[in-house]
Amino acid sequence: MTAGTSAGAAPRYYLTGEHHPENGTLLGFWLYLMSDCFIFSALFATYGVLGRNYAAGPSGADLFDLPMVALNTSLLLLSSITYGFAVLEMQRDRARTMLIWLAVTGLLGAGFIGLELSEFAHMIQDGAGPQRSAFLSSFFTLVGTHGLHVTFGIVWLVTLMFQVGKHGLSQANRRRVMCLSMFWHFLDVVWIGVFTFVYLMGSIR
Amino acid sequence: MNAHSQDALPHDDGHAVQASHATLRGYATGFVLSVILTAIPFWIVMGKVFERPNTTALVILAIGAVQILVHMVYFLHMNTRSEGGWSLLALVFTLMLVVITLSGSVWVLYHLNHNMMPMSVQDMNNMP
Repeated sequence: MTAGTSAGAAPRYYLTGEHHPENGTLLGFWLYLMSDCFIFSALFATYGVLGRNYAAGPSGADLFDLPMVALNTSLLLLSSITYGFAVLEMQRDRARTMLIWLAVTGLLGAGFIGLELSEFAHMIQDGAGPQRSAFLSSFFTLVGTHGLHVTFGIVWLVTLMFQVGKHGLSQANRRRVMCLSMFWHFLDVVWIGVFTFVYLMGSIR
Repeated sequence: MNAHSQDALPHDDGHAVQASHATLRGYATGFVLSVILTAIPFWIVMGKVFERPNTTALVILAIGAVQILVHMVYFLHMNTRSEGGWSLLALVFTLMLVVITLSGSVWVLYHLNHNMMPMSVQDMNNMP
């Protein structure tokens, strides 16, 4: 970063501080995820405050089907590792196998959403809809917001698969794969909070 | 892979994208740890391992916190160097606010709830 060596008085420019990140997208996306974290923390706080106000209605211990939650959790956990495999394939420049792993990830995510929707449908059918009690309102808001995030993650995943199919593993597509990777793993992190704080703690008698 | 892709940005030399080196070993370690840390709390609750509910709650919350840490390190590749430390700084700041939001809400509203309990006639008579 020298400006010139001919003139003795010529100014020399060099960086003293940290090297600025070359590509701000990943940091920017991380900041978006942190703001998403605030949304979930507000919803968790709401659930923490209202989660035991049953209004003489059903409690979590009555409603939650823990084997189903365990299955749902394993689906999401498996989808995290399959996304990891997709990233590894991308690093080896193998677009085809990466697409296969992305498809597996999408299917696991879709299975997760399907199970969650059937759980919601059963609860609403049994008269335990969001309007039943403060507990159920906060439950549906928190778990539903997470489910909505996963749904949009799947939409993004399918879009990305088409983009990779059309343009190959370009730098832009690699960056998008890494952003969705962060989004997907972040949703798994939020789900840890949901199954621990909502389902498991709600089932303790 | 096509070298001349039309949607690549001019300054997009891919340094940051390639900076996070994901490894099979990292993902495998994270996955095995996650499976263990998921199975234990489900076993504790479904098998009714502890007598006291408070013990169960504390243990599963602690395990959940550890599992979140595992995901952060092995799946989200969180370390002190990524993006020149800014990712970690943002995360620490966020966690601080999340802790304030959660503990503050629960603390304040627990006391509010407690103080708004239905009063007995005696309490009512003793009101200033």
